[in-house]
Amino acid sequence: MSAPIVKISGLNKWYGEFHVLRDIDLAVAKGERIVICGPSGSGKSTLIRCINALEEFQEGEIVVDGIELGPNLKHVDAVRREVGMVFQSFNLFPHLTVLDNCTLAPIWVRNIPKKDAEATAMKFLERVKIPHQANKFPGQMSGGQQQRVAIARALTMNPKVMLFDEPTSALDPEMVKEVLDTMVDLAEEGMTMLVVTHEMGFAREVANRVVFMDAGQIIEANTPREFFAAPRHARTKLFLSQILR
Amino acid sequence: MTDITSSSFVRQDLLAERPAPVKTTGFIGLVRTRLFNSPTNILLTIVGALLLWFTIVPSVRFLMVDAVWSGQDRTACLAENAGFAVGACWPYIQAKLPQLIYGFYPEAERWRVDLTMVLAVVLLLPLLVPRLPAKGLNAGLFFVAFPVVAFFLLHGGGIKGFGLSWTAGLLQLFDESIIGAGQALLSLSKTSAIAPLLWVVGSLIVLIGTAISWLIFPLTWLRDYVQVMGQPVWADFGVTAAIVSLIAFFLAGGIRTGGRALASSIATFIAIAIVIKLMGLDRGGLPVVTTNLWGGLLVTLVVSVTGIVTSLPIGIALALGRRSTIPLIRIFSIAFIEFWRGVPLITVLFFATYMLPLFLPGNFTVDGLVRALIGIALFTGAYQAENVRGGLAAIPRGQSEAAAALGLSWWKTTSLIVLPQALRHVIPNLVNSFISLLKDTSLVSIVALFDLLGSLRASFSDPKWSTPSTAFTGFAFAGIIYFIFCFGMSRYSLFVERRLNAHRRS
Ligand SMILES: Nc1ncnc2c1ncn2[C@@H]1O[C@H](COP(=O)(O)OP(=O)(O)OP(=O)(O)O)[C@@H](O)[C@H]1O
Ligand SMILES: [Mg+2]
Repeated sequence: MSAPIVKISGLNKWYGEFHVLRDIDLAVAKGERIVICGPSGSGKSTLIRCINALEEFQEGEIVVDGIELGPNLKHVDAVRREVGMVFQSFNLFPHLTVLDNCTLAPIWVRNIPKKDAEATAMKFLERVKIPHQANKFPGQMSGGQQQRVAIARALTMNPKVMLFDEPTSALDPEMVKEVLDTMVDLAEEGMTMLVVTHEMGFAREVANRVVFMDAGQIIEANTPREFFAAPRHARTKLFLSQILR
Repeated sequence: MTDITSSSFVRQDLLAERPAPVKTTGFIGLVRTRLFNSPTNILLTIVGALLLWFTIVPSVRFLMVDAVWSGQDRTACLAENAGFAVGACWPYIQAKLPQLIYGFYPEAERWRVDLTMVLAVVLLLPLLVPRLPAKGLNAGLFFVAFPVVAFFLLHGGGIKGFGLSWTAGLLQLFDESIIGAGQALLSLSKTSAIAPLLWVVGSLIVLIGTAISWLIFPLTWLRDYVQVMGQPVWADFGVTAAIVSLIAFFLAGGIRTGGRALASSIATFIAIAIVIKLMGLDRGGLPVVTTNLWGGLLVTLVVSVTGIVTSLPIGIALALGRRSTIPLIRIFSIAFIEFWRGVPLITVLFFATYMLPLFLPGNFTVDGLVRALIGIALFTGAYQAENVRGGLAAIPRGQSEAAAALGLSWWKTTSLIVLPQALRHVIPNLVNSFISLLKDTSLVSIVALFDLLGSLRASFSDPKWSTPSTAFTGFAFAGIIYFIFCFGMSRYSLFVERRLNAHRRS
């Protein structure tokens, strides 16, 4: 196995006195798709937000593509340039058109000329299948479309790793599929992905590994086949029995 | 009713003609459905009509019907000469109009005021129409070039040097004050109980000051060298232009990409040179008109436009400071905002005008108008800070998180994502403060500045025009002027709001 592109070791985080993340160790290989699941409040969001330094942590180390992110968050900017993130609530910029949403960061962070940035943005909007809506404002689109724009926006920065925090849980059922399809396409192109989701179908189909978290720690990690067919930890069994029914 | 569910249909009886339904459109319809459709509405309609009757009718009578429209002095506006109970005395306004607009600004120089106002309108109008191009250049001209030109137009006077002399002068002043502070400590150390400590600190400060003076020596030397040349302003101008253009050139990336920056820098300096030449700033400029001669609408506009333009950046800076994670900045911002919001504007103006000179060192004077301007800008800035803070609080955290995840720095996140949205939320509040600022400018008349209202009241004492209706006419006129400006701002802000919030109409 090649050197991991994301390596989390001994990660500990507290919110005040509350120990949210406990001794997390996780290595993600290049091109690997990892699905993180677990009950509400288990620290899934907190974990992936630590990876691109949206949250600070007190102990441990995260290395992204050779860039070290310690508790003092020194190389924040370098890490964020390698990591794209998609949020549950889309977080598109409502005052900018879809196209401007996608060109803002390339223009202002990577100093790419506007014309080139727009060409790239259109390419990614085509990939998520909404090129004809480029001049709409986010508020004029459906949730599924907005989430696909958010994916395109993250991709315009050419990230090496994509983080998804429950990308489909704010969507109506018929829109979930269009977003998941986009993510499957992305996976097939070889993108490294860490996905927090409750879509077990997606986990079965796409993931290389499923990581189950509870109470701030990783309880079990396994291939999806093993994970669903033969969960080993009692907590995992309980969780699966509840959500699969 | 006929039942048309079966596929074939033949009419049996023809329908009789019916009267049209009660009208719901047009004037009659409006009266029926909106004004007299219920007992409460009938009552409200009657009360409203009475209110209109008792306000509009007397106003129209006073301003138009019973008004006197022409005359040479007070006699035209007296009831016994006019033959009826006189309303507004318009010839009085006509006679006093120059004073109401220019104050005591010398008659021969008033074209300068007119020119400034024309310039302001010519630069401002295209800025206000969103469809017109070149907003960046236009804004630069209005917010940077225009104030400077307006100063030399309205105030007059010339320049003795340019960028080089000013920079050198400022640095020297800064350095001298450092050395001065050091020497003050040294002289204190002769008598104090903590003498050795004071002596050490004082010597250190003097040493730093001397070091700085050596550091800036090339600059001061160049300045002195330029000053003794035949054309000090132009020599200085040339040196400044060369230095600034070169810096711009290299900062923009040197030979490969710096061409544009170099060209725009040179173009800017050529424009500045033309302005200097046109206004003769190198040869003493226009005759000086000190600000105590300014008055009327001129002062009102100068104070309110400067207040509006400077208070918003101050407010934004304070609002951001108040949310800062750096304790010193946060505490300073909170203290500043609370202080200025806690004192009445009149106190601020009094303090700025009568107390501040006592605190400033002897030969250091600040113009009276400028003092009032600063007071008003800071005062309004504190209010604007709270307005802006309201807007900032309305932006969800996810917005800045998304921007951060894309790699945008704090400055870029704030200026591209957070502020544009926050300001759009609070346009009505911001304009509200602008309007109240415009009306509060009338308070400067208590610190011996004659704004529109002050000039008006001064004109009441002219015996040539003293009639029973003079004061009413004057206040009505001033009211109309204030109303035009405030109403204009209010309508324009509505337009901007609708335009900028297009994205919210889904
Ligand atoms: N800013 C905060 N301050 C204090 N506690 C927090 C904060 N953010 C989250 N927590 C707590 O940390 C724990 C983990 O939160 P996190 O959002 O990571 O959970 P999650 O696994 O993503 O849950 P969900 O499935 O509901 O999104 C929760 O118990 C939550 O209450
Ligand atoms: Mg979560």
